[in-house]
Amino acid sequence: MELILPIATNPIIGLNHYLVLAAFIFVCGLLSMMLKRNAIGILMGVELILNAANINLVAFNRFAHAYSPDQRPMLDGQIFAIFVIVLAAAEAAVALAIFLNYYNNFNTIDVERAQTLKG
Amino acid sequence: MPAILALAIDAQTVAAALFYLFAGIAGASALGVVLSRNIVRTAVCLLFTLVGVAGLYFLLEAEFLAAVQLVIYVGGTLILIIFGVMLTSKSPFSHFEPKAGEVVVAIAACAVLFSAMIMAIRSADFRPQSLDTTQKYPVVALGQALLGDYLVPFELASVVLLVVMIGAAYLAKGRKRDDKRAVARGAATLSQKARQWS
Repeated sequence: MELILPIATNPIIGLNHYLVLAAFIFVCGLLSMMLKRNAIGILMGVELILNAANINLVAFNRFAHAYSPDQRPMLDGQIFAIFVIVLAAAEAAVALAIFLNYYNNFNTIDVERAQTLKG
Repeated sequence: MPAILALAIDAQTVAAALFYLFAGIAGASALGVVLSRNIVRTAVCLLFTLVGVAGLYFLLEAEFLAAVQLVIYVGGTLILIIFGVMLTSKSPFSHFEPKAGEVVVAIAACAVLFSAMIMAIRSADFRPQSLDTTQKYPVVALGQALLGDYLVPFELASVVLLVVMIGAAYLAKGRKRDDKRAVARGAATLSQKARQWS
């Protein structure tokens, strides 16, 4: 708490606020990837992690890399974020197709039951 | 010019209040994604996280990105996930509990990671630049960048989307015929065994 409070009491919202929020969302996504046994819950954890990364990209673009060295405005972070969103949609489609296949084969969506290859 | 100064302070206060509102929505519902045991509630929590993040994009002056987040993530990806939930759970309230040991290890690892990230953020110097609020239509620059410097990744993304669409359709539907054949084979062996036993 002591670590976060100086950021929380600063009235001007800066880069660090966004970074702390993104770190929190990242940790939430990691936790739900580790703890969910429902495959779709794991997919939701991945989406949270991608969103945390996107917040970081856009915040850095806004606060730290808004200009190129020759003072032209740069939008690299936002463009990376757009590609991340597009690829996240693609990833979700493929992952759900795999999960549907898994459900058809094992009659469950519990990832602990996928142990056909276990020695 | 005290009036303009007061206006600027007010704008900053409003921006801070909006940041805490959207950050609260996003953070609280991200926590809800972790804590909720019901997969449908998890999906609803994820919806609110995505909406909160879209609000943060508005505050970061990335209006196009906020709209894209709402249209693609909330309108597309989340609907896909909810369809997945509906297709893979016989009852929407099916849930699986993690083991207590796994919970302890995961929370410990994530607490260490989070505190390490906070310390890194606090000790790093990112050299923030002075902010530009005069740029009127950043979406114009975004479009020029997408069709200029980033043309090749842009086209590659469209190819990736096409391949993914075909692949997902194949993965989700292609096995049906095999399944029927396997079921027929299984039924044939069962009836053979039944004949042997009788």
